[in-house]
Amino acid sequence: MTKRLFIDKLSSRWMVLCLSVLLLLPLAIGLGLVIKSSDLWLTHALGSLIFSQDWSPSESQFGFWPFILSSLWVTVVALIISMPLCLLAAIFLTQFAPTWMLKVMRPVIDILAGIPSVVYGVWGVLVIVPLVADIIAPMFHNESLGYSILAGALVLSVMSIPYILNMILEVFRQVPVELGEASLSLGATKWETIKYVFLRKGATGIISAYGLGFSKALGETIAVMMVIGNVVQVPASVFDAGYPLPALVANNYGEMMSIPTYDSALMFGSLLLFIIIITINVIFRYIIYKSEAI
Amino acid sequence: MKTAIVTAEKRVEHITTEVPIMNISNLNVYSKSAHILKNINITIPKNKITVLLGPSGCGKTTLLKCMNRLTDLYSELRLDGTIEIDGQNILTERNRITEIRQKMGLVMQRPYPLPMSIYDNIAYGLKLKGVRDKNVIAEKVEKHLREVALWDEVKDRLKSSAQRLSIGQQQRLCLARGLAVEPEIILADEPTSALDPISSRVIEEQFSKLKDDYTIIMVTHILRQAKRLADYVVFMYYGEIIEHGNAADIFENPQTDILKEYMRVGH
Repeated sequence: MTKRLFIDKLSSRWMVLCLSVLLLLPLAIGLGLVIKSSDLWLTHALGSLIFSQDWSPSESQFGFWPFILSSLWVTVVALIISMPLCLLAAIFLTQFAPTWMLKVMRPVIDILAGIPSVVYGVWGVLVIVPLVADIIAPMFHNESLGYSILAGALVLSVMSIPYILNMILEVFRQVPVELGEASLSLGATKWETIKYVFLRKGATGIISAYGLGFSKALGETIAVMMVIGNVVQVPASVFDAGYPLPALVANNYGEMMSIPTYDSALMFGSLLLFIIIITINVIFRYIIYKSEAI
Repeated sequence: MKTAIVTAEKRVEHITTEVPIMNISNLNVYSKSAHILKNINITIPKNKITVLLGPSGCGKTTLLKCMNRLTDLYSELRLDGTIEIDGQNILTERNRITEIRQKMGLVMQRPYPLPMSIYDNIAYGLKLKGVRDKNVIAEKVEKHLREVALWDEVKDRLKSSAQRLSIGQQQRLCLARGLAVEPEIILADEPTSALDPISSRVIEEQFSKLKDDYTIIMVTHILRQAKRLADYVVFMYYGEIIEHGNAADIFENPQTDILKEYMRVGH
């Protein structure tokens, strides 16, 4: 075998190796979490672990329901705020705004994406928490300390905007200009063209942007932890404090190891997060598959 | 001597039977750095195929886009002059631009089917026009798909995605889509440039038939295609109209060296 052919073979093998590492990684993480949390799920019924609200580690009561709900609440509310915002901003920037505006926005978006989450957390504590306590909650005749699901969601929505917006901008940039011209030439207005043609053409990309945004928001830890209150309860409204899964793990891991199975419980919390993210991904994949069929 | 008289007679006859549908006068188009179209003056005859001929980059496509104001999409372009259709200058029109565009069907270099089913591609323009009656829509979808000889190929899969058609079928679908808004004029920008010879011939045949009901303005750089189809030829070079007139006269008796050269190389 000549040297060139040998290198050729070697390089492709190397790529396969890299790829398999990438493929095995989530499996390994999942498996690790399952094994490490086995102490808990072998001794407690799975149903009560997930759906019970009793959380007292010292009495070996581990109900994850409040954490699961807090995580979902804060993520869903955050995305309800950021999804339409990102979509409209992307439509405006690519279809209506002068080109210089997009050029200015690009670095701004990158900077927003690059700000460390702890900085968002501090901003949340200083601005969002008082805003919720003093203005938003009273508007809805609610009392709130400000440390709440809503505060977490607001911070999280701002954090997810650059991420989602960037992806949607890319989606719209890839729609060919000629498709717009075709629609306009048939007598559509600009808005009709966006609504019936661009959104439909970009649907798959937009949905996957939302899916990735959801996964990212669900796992965001520090900034949310700083403003959400960290109270173990099933939140009754967005003005209540919550305690999402990532915060549970981050706050307690490495401490209180004297309590038996607490360590496993935190691993189980991570596993739940992992499973939720996989489920969400599968759901979004399915929606994408459906929308591609059109 | 005798032939000269015959051509002269023909010319007279030709002019008298022509009805103008579009009048372009003193049209100039500028971009930031260039003068793209220079002082364009032409009259487009009704129910004829007018071919805009010329090398790539000479402004043919820009001229075509001026005609249905797709130039609006390019904010760097500045237009002056007039384009009159039915006695109305479309360049100054503000509010009725969608109606004006519906007077013209557009066929582009490559087919761009809308991201929806075959049926909805045709129904789209009808719905924009305000047609709501489902039976009327279904009737027209069939009519226009037949008009472009596509009906038999797609009638069993009208609800499937238009993207799955072959490129030649897609181009015919795009033509049908344009016809569905019942335009007076068909604007075609190198409509066969992405197609294989057989699909190209189908499109050309459709055009020859369609000129009974429509006026066709077609951009091409293919000399032979122009010869096959054109009734009237506009030869452009670097943003200017070099020669224009009856196809037979232009091709048999080119006046300028540029056109002679283009015809020599084009063979």
